[in-house]
Amino acid sequence: MKKKKFVVLPFQEEAKLFDAVKMAKEDGYKIHDVYTPFPVHGLDKALGLKESSLHKAGFYYGLTGLSVAFFYIGWIFNFDWPHNYGGKPHFSFPAWIPIMFELTVLFSAVGMTYTFCWLCKIAPGVKKHHFHPRATDDLLVLVIECTAHTNAEEVESKFKKNGAIDTSIQYAEIGWWWGTYNDDTIPFTKDNSSIVVA
Amino acid sequence: MQVKYESQLREPLIYGKKTYHDLTEDIIRPIEAKPTRLWYIGFFVAVALLCFGIFSVYRDVTYGIGQWNLNKSVGWGWDITNFVWWVGIGHAGTLISAILLLFRQGWRTGVNRAAEAMTIFAVMCAGQFPVWHMGRVWMGFFVLPYINTRGPVWPNFNSPLLWDVFAISTYLTVSLLFWYSGLIPDMATVRDRAKTKFRKFFYGITSFGWTGSAKHWQRHEALSLVLAGLSTPLVLSVHTIVSFDFATSVVPGWHSTIFPPYFVAGAIFSGFAMVQTLMLVVRKVFALEDYITIGHIEAMNKVIILTGSIVGVAYCTELFIAYYSQNKYEQYYFGFSSGNLFSPYGWVFYSLMFCNVIAPQIFWFRKMRRNIYVTFFLSIIINCGMWFERFWIIVPALFRDYLPSSWSVYYAPTIWEIGFYLGTFGLFFTCFFLFAKYFPIIALFEVKHILKTTGESYKDQVTNIEEEAVEKFAQENLHHH
Repeated sequence: MKKKKFVVLPFQEEAKLFDAVKMAKEDGYKIHDVYTPFPVHGLDKALGLKESSLHKAGFYYGLTGLSVAFFYIGWIFNFDWPHNYGGKPHFSFPAWIPIMFELTVLFSAVGMTYTFCWLCKIAPGVKKHHFHPRATDDLLVLVIECTAHTNAEEVESKFKKNGAIDTSIQYAEIGWWWGTYNDDTIPFTKDNSSIVVA
Repeated sequence: MQVKYESQLREPLIYGKKTYHDLTEDIIRPIEAKPTRLWYIGFFVAVALLCFGIFSVYRDVTYGIGQWNLNKSVGWGWDITNFVWWVGIGHAGTLISAILLLFRQGWRTGVNRAAEAMTIFAVMCAGQFPVWHMGRVWMGFFVLPYINTRGPVWPNFNSPLLWDVFAISTYLTVSLLFWYSGLIPDMATVRDRAKTKFRKFFYGITSFGWTGSAKHWQRHEALSLVLAGLSTPLVLSVHTIVSFDFATSVVPGWHSTIFPPYFVAGAIFSGFAMVQTLMLVVRKVFALEDYITIGHIEAMNKVIILTGSIVGVAYCTELFIAYYSQNKYEQYYFGFSSGNLFSPYGWVFYSLMFCNVIAPQIFWFRKMRRNIYVTFFLSIIINCGMWFERFWIIVPALFRDYLPSSWSVYYAPTIWEIGFYLGTFGLFFTCFFLFAKYFPIIALFEVKHILKTTGESYKDQVTNIEEEAVEKFAQENLHHH
């Protein structure tokens, strides 16, 4: 994967971050992402992110669980092995409700969590580039991706005036790779010529 | 700083003037510090108990559960009592995390992480009892409805015992997912400040490569909200289904429609008592008094008195209905077998009435709700009381059945039943000690999220707003109109 150039702009306060996001959008910079130690209320709207449709996935997983329970028990009790439990009907629907409910919840929860991990590309053993170590502590880090038209130094000084602290310009690979955090694993690249691109 | 209008009604959720970095420091400090001598002592006691439990279970498997004092009439004794008790304890965590999240209760952030961990460990302990009670545990996979070569012989999906298998395993899985998805961002915080090689490696793996990206947070919030929405009916269903194990039977004292709500209330009651027991120790040992405040303790005590009273009403309802229905089996059960002080198990009933109904009434007094020592003492009393309740429901209902010739002699546990129970305490506390040492015991990102809505940080903001000139405020905020 190609390395890209980024301007990293950490802020200490939410208000300043929101101002900076607004400014960056107005000035037409390409916002790569904002990294925060906690969910900042309203940031997704400020960045213009679409609402997550994870809950819809959860609904369909739940529906799958419900159907699996209903049809599986129904098939077993009515077709595969119709057992006589004290003369009770084979299609004893009310008695299936607890298991149908449990499997709805189980499928939905497990499915959603996997989907969440898949979408965010997170898993045990995944490693990513971290722009600032304090992005998980106390800084709200706005990262601007440099295009051919971006003057990185100018961006840096402009946002410094507006409250950014400890800013930097970084060449980094985005995406993820397998690795651990105790050594500096270099991501696997097939093409050495593409390591640094401005 | 002086705020003009300060509410005395809502006390801060976090004491002191803190920055985000202070929160990180305070909550991650126990992970980075060497464990204290007290931690080692506690941990080794827990491991010793666990070993005794493992040995007891080893004997159960080798010699069969005939080494327990169960007999033809009392087929469920300590094992199922302990099962129900532990499942009950495992209800507070999800209640705090899920239901209080849906109700937007800010105070849950201080205690939810530890309570969720407690839930998971308690359910793990609970699961041991039905599993080893099977006797021939190697046949345990028969409960799984897979396409098999035994006929096929399927499990009975109409049986509450099988519902329980599904309920407990779903509950464990969903609680685990809920707990761990909340942990990921906090593990990343520990990772990013790690100095040692082990910590970099361990927290690197366990934080899943979390970065804190805005989109990821958005998804994370969606996930938490839906998991909370799913867990809320789930937590109610679990103890409902546990109560079905009894309520769908024809045993007097068990065959009761009141059981589901009564069990759920009892579960929350005992769960909160256990949370109090643990959190009062944790906040002291790890110096987290600013985050787990007296306000938190009081809030939980309010839940305790509510659920304790529901349970009290349930006991009285059972007694009243036994009288009012004129059902002679019910009347016999409550009048002679279990509710009579002079019957063999009468002492259980009077102990549980004292522990669960009378003792918690002290929490009507605000001073008592906010007293740490009273709370701690009472939490232990309630834990015992709820154990008595489970025992009272199970054993006195069984030991004198319909046929006097099969009445059993007084059931008391053998050392191996006790050993098994102690072993689950070992398992629980081994897990809890490891959790307290290696994981952030307070949901760090959630506390950061509410930091500026409470306490000193909030006052700062309000003061700034108050200081602004009214014209300026109007100009900036009301220009649309």
